[in-house]
Amino acid sequence: MTECVECGADVTLHEDSEVGEIVDCTTCGAELEVVDRHPPVLDRAPELEEDWGE
Amino acid sequence: MQIGLLYSRIRKDEKLLLSELRERGHDVVKIDVRDLQFGLAEAPEILADLDLVVDRCLATSRSLYATQFCDAYGVPVVNSAETAQTCADKVHNSLALAGAGVPTPATDVAFTKESALESIEKFGYPCVLKPVVGSWGRLMAKIDSRSAAEAILEHKATLGHYEHKVFYVQEFVDKPGRDIRVLAADGDPIAAMVRSSDHWLTNAAKGAETEEFELDAEAESLVKAASDAVGGGLLGIDLMEVGGDDENSYTVHEVNHTVEFKSLNEAADADVPAAVVDWLEAKAGVKQEVVA
Repeated sequence: MTECVECGADVTLHEDSEVGEIVDCTTCGAELEVVDRHPPVLDRAPELEEDWGE
Repeated sequence: MQIGLLYSRIRKDEKLLLSELRERGHDVVKIDVRDLQFGLAEAPEILADLDLVVDRCLATSRSLYATQFCDAYGVPVVNSAETAQTCADKVHNSLALAGAGVPTPATDVAFTKESALESIEKFGYPCVLKPVVGSWGRLMAKIDSRSAAEAILEHKATLGHYEHKVFYVQEFVDKPGRDIRVLAADGDPIAAMVRSSDHWLTNAAKGAETEEFELDAEAESLVKAASDAVGGGLLGIDLMEVGGDDENSYTVHEVNHTVEFKSLNEAADADVPAAVVDWLEAKAGVKQEVVA
């Protein structure tokens, strides 16, 4: 378990979470990037860029 | 095999791929391109000794440069830099399709508001204005009138990045409320689906409903031709049905080079990640080794 960097609420990562994956904080709705798993570390997810996609 | 996965975000598509690769016992090296520096002579250490690199960069700009550097270092990469360059830009994409004789919507490119307006008036209303780089149906404009055209062109010219001053004007294709997405590996279809919506945009990212689609011979042939036209690879090829119910004909409007396949995996019977990894193994030339 770790904390949301936006609101401080507890966030639990799924067993199969990956570094680089985006998770939502269920308390404040912030998009968070998993930057480490052991121990779990989250950061604010980057904003959508114009060239993202397929 | 030792396979590198270039990424900056792990989407469900990448998770499906990672899971399949690991289940088969492959050594997967996740490579966050945000952490790398690409020098002109030597490859970053993390790229050395890989049998194959898979480009799954979410950002088109990163995908373009990272694959070019892999090419320069002699590191095998899919999709190729050539394919990425052709698919990343709608102008290149359209030119490649038209040049190969693949039916594709009539398109004009113009560099000023005035010349773009002439193209729009020539196509008539509605017609479509698209950004040359972009995805998920963003910044697409269906233009219904001259006044709307004038406003959109002025906004693009005034507020946009220089790429928005390359006006990509296209005929509006009156499709039957859906388009077709085909995932293909070097032209061989893995799975296909229709994306249906009441909205004129039928991207899955825009919430279109998806359903598996069985390709006929004509569609299969166009998928192969479109894949060849952009240099092959693992591609998302988008077609629209034209000419009414009985015509059985298509136009190819786009080929995507870092294709998302999670929706297709849910819609189709095929095990999409398994088929993709089969293809990756074949590309790396290690299929027999893994099976044995």
